[in-house]
Amino acid sequence: MIIDVVFFGIVAITLVGAFLAVSLKNVFHNALALILCLFGVACLFIYLNSEFLAIMEIIIYIGAISIAIIFAIMFSQPMYQKDEKRNPVKIGRSLAIAVVFLGGLLWTLRQAPWPNAGTQGDYSLQAIGKSLLTENILPFEVVSLILVIAIIGALLISNTKEPRE
Amino acid sequence: MTAAPLFSQSLQSYLLVSSLLFAMGIFGLLARRNLVAILISLELILNSASINFLAFNKFCLVDKTVGQVFVVFIIALAAAEVCIGLSLILLLYRRKDSINIEQAKELKG
Repeated sequence: MIIDVVFFGIVAITLVGAFLAVSLKNVFHNALALILCLFGVACLFIYLNSEFLAIMEIIIYIGAISIAIIFAIMFSQPMYQKDEKRNPVKIGRSLAIAVVFLGGLLWTLRQAPWPNAGTQGDYSLQAIGKSLLTENILPFEVVSLILVIAIIGALLISNTKEPRE
Repeated sequence: MTAAPLFSQSLQSYLLVSSLLFAMGIFGLLARRNLVAILISLELILNSASINFLAFNKFCLVDKTVGQVFVVFIIALAAAEVCIGLSLILLLYRRKDSINIEQAKELKG
């Protein structure tokens, strides 16, 4: 089926992007691979009937977060010229821990009796907006507060021309 | 089980993809020493959580807005986290001229 072929292509893009994002030595290449991976994730969101979140993923993750990371790499001048040295012991240990996590997740995936509620329902943007402004109004406001605090905190942290106090 | 179900219409395939993303994120988080690379691995972990939320939203919930609202919050918090994280990284870089985490050890952690 064509829908499955496209699905496997998207999964391949996502996983290859993620693999390159953690394995390449150069930070700048990592950031570019992260963009590839996030694009694949946005396509998966479309498969999960959430077009709104696919667009938000592209706008916020690719358009803002990845670009902010690339800006940070560019601002600190020699960061993208230095390749980091590798320590095989550390990589082996991290790989072991990651494989343990993956094994646990796969075991759960096979064992757990997932409920099945069908895929029919109201995925629309209107429903999301109504939910955000009625039953989820408190988390919505708290998130806006957190964003303001994060912006003020980032400005305070990065503005260090003169030592405070 | 007459016709084989499509891979793109089963919960397990999405959970498999997100497990692989999560494992790669954990690997990057532990193996890399560059702070920006650690932040990138953290983004991978957050994305695997988002895929999980949306997969359960599609296949396991009756109300199809709950998972999507959660992912909106995840994206907003990821933006805040990257904002703080990058400003800390730039500050560390200005102080130490390096963003290798093994050189930031004043707190003896």
